[in-house]
Amino acid sequence: MSTLLDVQDLRVRFNTAAEAVRGVSVRVETGETHCLVGESGCGKSVSALAVMGLLAKGGIRTADRLEFAGQDISRLSERQMSRLRGDKIAMIFQEPMTSLNPAYTVGSQMAEVRMRHRGGSKREALDRAAALLGRVGITAPGMRLAQYPHQLSGGLRQRVMIAMALMCDPELLIADEPTTALDVTVQAQILRLLMELQRELGLAILLITHDLGIVARMAHRVSVMYAGKVVESATADSLFAAPTHPYTRGLLDCVPIPGKVARGAPLGSIPGTVPRIPLGFQGCGFRDRCAHADASCATIVPQQTRQPGHAYACRLPAGWVAEPVA
Amino acid sequence: MSAAIEIRDVAKIFRQGTGLFSAPRQVRAVDGVSLSMPAGGCFGIVGESGCGKSTLARLILGLHPPTSGDILVDGQALGAMGRRERARLIQPVFQDPFSSLNPRRSIRDIVGLPLAAQGIGGREITSRVGAMLERVGLRAEMAHRLPSQLSGGQRQRVAIARALVLGPRIVVCDEPTSALDVSVQAQILNLLNELRRDLGLTLVFISHNLAVVEHICDEVAVMYLGRVVEHADTDALFHAPTHPYTRALLDSVLTPEPGLGIPDVGLGDSYPDPANIPPGCRFHPRCPIAEARCAIETPAPRMIGTRRVECLLA
Repeated sequence: MSTLLDVQDLRVRFNTAAEAVRGVSVRVETGETHCLVGESGCGKSVSALAVMGLLAKGGIRTADRLEFAGQDISRLSERQMSRLRGDKIAMIFQEPMTSLNPAYTVGSQMAEVRMRHRGGSKREALDRAAALLGRVGITAPGMRLAQYPHQLSGGLRQRVMIAMALMCDPELLIADEPTTALDVTVQAQILRLLMELQRELGLAILLITHDLGIVARMAHRVSVMYAGKVVESATADSLFAAPTHPYTRGLLDCVPIPGKVARGAPLGSIPGTVPRIPLGFQGCGFRDRCAHADASCATIVPQQTRQPGHAYACRLPAGWVAEPVA
Repeated sequence: MSAAIEIRDVAKIFRQGTGLFSAPRQVRAVDGVSLSMPAGGCFGIVGESGCGKSTLARLILGLHPPTSGDILVDGQALGAMGRRERARLIQPVFQDPFSSLNPRRSIRDIVGLPLAAQGIGGREITSRVGAMLERVGLRAEMAHRLPSQLSGGQRQRVAIARALVLGPRIVVCDEPTSALDVSVQAQILNLLNELRRDLGLTLVFISHNLAVVEHICDEVAVMYLGRVVEHADTDALFHAPTHPYTRALLDSVLTPEPGLGIPDVGLGDSYPDPANIPPGCRFHPRCPIAEARCAIETPAPRMIGTRRVECLLA
């Protein structure tokens, strides 16, 4: 297995005095799913957009390393970057209706991606589009090619987005909350499809989500983000067997699990709300909401390793957890 | 236990597309629902988008008149009740606290509006709003703020305070936590549970999130294309789902347990359209176990123990 995307110490700030991403390091391996998980405002989407060079105006990105398939992409021009996007790196978003152009048919939008990056005739591109629509589980692909986005259901639109992302055989798929707007039944179908495609095509997937259930079922590796930083990073098995950062544990305690938490018994919850982090902020971003914070948390955040491949950013020793999660 | 809400064969049909060139379509959003919701309980309604769960909520709240059928709230016909009387009895909490609170009004005015509408005076409003804000876990000083100065969780607490300020017996929550982060969702669910216990409220809880429903509800009705296809105690429903649609819904719940993978829910790629309800069993085009007769015969509701199911094969 080789590292396809290597991001070290990514930082993003906007014109305001707040820093959105404060030193994120993420590695995505070929053929693996890496999940970035966290609540709204934690910087997970901004991190992905920064990697793709798609920050909104005024966004400033710095990074120690930003490599895709061994190539430094931090210095690419906008033109070179746009050649990469939609080609070797594809992206799908939460609300497919806003990412599809309402004025063009599904077919012409899909064909454009192929022709723009790979040339060839429209006929060839449309044939490929039809084949891919079939691959993502759409019946009667020929009919769908001639339809407009508003004629499709939410689940079908997301399938179209996935098919469009595959038009140029990408190596990396960045999926930002791809199923959040969908019904649970359709969500399961779309996630299953992504797993199948990964197995078939050896795709690497960077999956951004707030849903720990999706993380547990999809991820090989997980990075938990809070307030612009990765607070814990591990394989999915290790993270769910031994969540170590107090935020990760708090988040897991908030999730109702049928049959595990007695009906009506209070769920765990994290008091307070996500803070705004000003430039030059010191210490741990979680300390105001953390039951274990002490004076040292205002200045230093030790980076610790629970076991090889399982890192967390907290002063607590790995063994602070009295008992493992049932 | 007596019934807080009694729904008797209620239907709601909307007319859509009354344009010049298109023939009007009938959308049967709620299509013959009968339910009895016990007082003091938490009654869950689940289903996919377009199944009619939100329309049913609006019917119970009296925001739409039903096309046919009767709704009794606390033993009285909803249609015969005046607005003020209804407001004292039953109140809503909606999904999105960003759009359900007037951005130009202070929290005091928002929470106090139901009181003002009942003709209660200014000073009493201020004190009752302050007490209610504290009851839902906000500081009384927040009364002077605007919704834009609050977080999503705080706004949803304001929406709950507004719903409770008249002391209603029944609160209808339509996806109350869907727009919230999971840590905030847990806070709001805990609050609703506590309020229900302390105030003896009856909750109607509408959600697409089955894990949340399992946690908070005593009874659950599963809706599909305007009908209740299965209705049972929460334990019975979750431990032994009988309708194939209920099974598919439960299968699609992704609990945070690694190694289980993504289940195959087996529903195919067709999607239900309430303007075009299939003949026979309305679920048959997506049903993994459908037989030929499911496309012809309409299943009648059947009781299996205390559970009510509409499936020819159950």
